Amino acid sequence: MSEKLKIAFYWAASCGGCEVAVLDIDEKILDVVAIADIVFWPVAIDIKYNDVRAMEDKSIDVTFFNGSIRTEENVELARLLRAKSKALVAFGSCSCSGGVIGLGNLSTKEELLHRAYNTSDSTVNPDQVRPQLQYKEVHIPDVLESNYALDQVVDVDYYLPGCPPKDTLVWNAIEAIATGQLPEVGAVLAPNLTVCHDCPREKHDERTIKEFRRIYDFQPDEVKCLLEQGLICMGPATRSGCDASCVSVNMPCRGCMGPTDQVFDQGAKMISVLGGLIDSDDPEEVKEIISTIVDPVGTLYYFGVSKSLIKQSGVKKEVRQ
Amino acid sequence: MVVTKEENVKQTDWEPKIIGFLCKWCSYSAADLAGISRMDYPPNAIFIKVPCSGRVDPTFVLKAFADGADAVFIAGCHLGDCHYIEGNYKAMRRYELLKATLKQMGLDERRFRLEWISSSEAKHLKVFVTEFTEQLKELGPIELPTLAPLAKEEI
Repeated sequence: MSEKLKIAFYWAASCGGCEVAVLDIDEKILDVVAIADIVFWPVAIDIKYNDVRAMEDKSIDVTFFNGSIRTEENVELARLLRAKSKALVAFGSCSCSGGVIGLGNLSTKEELLHRAYNTSDSTVNPDQVRPQLQYKEVHIPDVLESNYALDQVVDVDYYLPGCPPKDTLVWNAIEAIATGQLPEVGAVLAPNLTVCHDCPREKHDERTIKEFRRIYDFQPDEVKCLLEQGLICMGPATRSGCDASCVSVNMPCRGCMGPTDQVFDQGAKMISVLGGLIDSDDPEEVKEIISTIVDPVGTLYYFGVSKSLIKQSGVKKEVRQ
Repeated sequence: MVVTKEENVKQTDWEPKIIGFLCKWCSYSAADLAGISRMDYPPNAIFIKVPCSGRVDPTFVLKAFADGADAVFIAGCHLGDCHYIEGNYKAMRRYELLKATLKQMGLDERRFRLEWISSSEAKHLKVFVTEFTEQLKELGPIELPTLAPLAKEEI
């Protein structure tokens, strides 16, 4: 290859953890710089949006896009980077499936703003002051009505899920790009297996849940399956690739890797699993057991409200040709 | 030919669309019996035959709502009568959890029901579908709590 690859990184509505995840590949970042030029990376290098606008279309080889789409600015940059990039990779749970902030879709924009600027516990705002979108010549991008995954706004070529994506997956993706061995467009750059497949815990195939518990209620057994102990572990409905990191340290899986290829709706699959595990045949008792789940959507769709079947049906995107 | 009597069908501008998942061992047979017995009931429900109410993946229900159903119901054998011993118990547990999830998502829980109908209870099926349809006509068309559609203008 005579010319170096051109790579861009961008963060939309994200926490910044994905930016750190890029550096989790440690000294291999030097190998990346050896084969590629980083042409745009707001967190690390000083290049303005106008410099990107001035680039030729399809001049960036790969763009890693993390964060979901929550503001007008996010939409603009998603469309801009789509136009300038040959391949667009949704990097991290937020851009793959809407992420944790997708839970904001359970409230309206107005409710969220009201909570943030008026009623939150740390706010003192007797004059009901809100940020203005327009001040003289300055325009601040507005918050959108909903929170979207990247592929609900533009076409996405590859998905690299995880909160944040595991360093091994990031490195595999970069190697695949460098050697030109990328899979079919639309592929998820992680194994198509569930977390349970990698999980070292003992499973007994029994119905044992009499009550749902949360991680701070008790000290879970370190060997037994967490689901059998009444913790909602999203492992059976979640893609592997994380080496079962959370379950290995006694934390139930929260589902950040999203569902496997065969699953349409991660939460629905988990409901299916739990239906087989609750240990009661009495409808009234079942109701009582289920009422011990404090926040069903927040538990079953921790990272995927934006991509859940119900929420997603509002955004019918044209099918890629 | 079965002719539905005029007085049994209330005329409205809008008709609810109901999707029902019926177990082939009981509720679907009840629907067959209702047909053979020339029973009248509103034509708003579309019946889908499933091998067992335990076969109804929650995804089916969500998909039905996402594709425009105003209401969904699952009908299976009475508890204790499952052909596969415990399929309907699983359906019952999944139903309760799915209902709680849908409610939190912003969907009216009256639009999703579970009913036990044995193969001899054609009358029960008729009454259930009639009442459900009436109730939905009062509730009106579904307003699915979806994401707001995004403007498609180019930059």
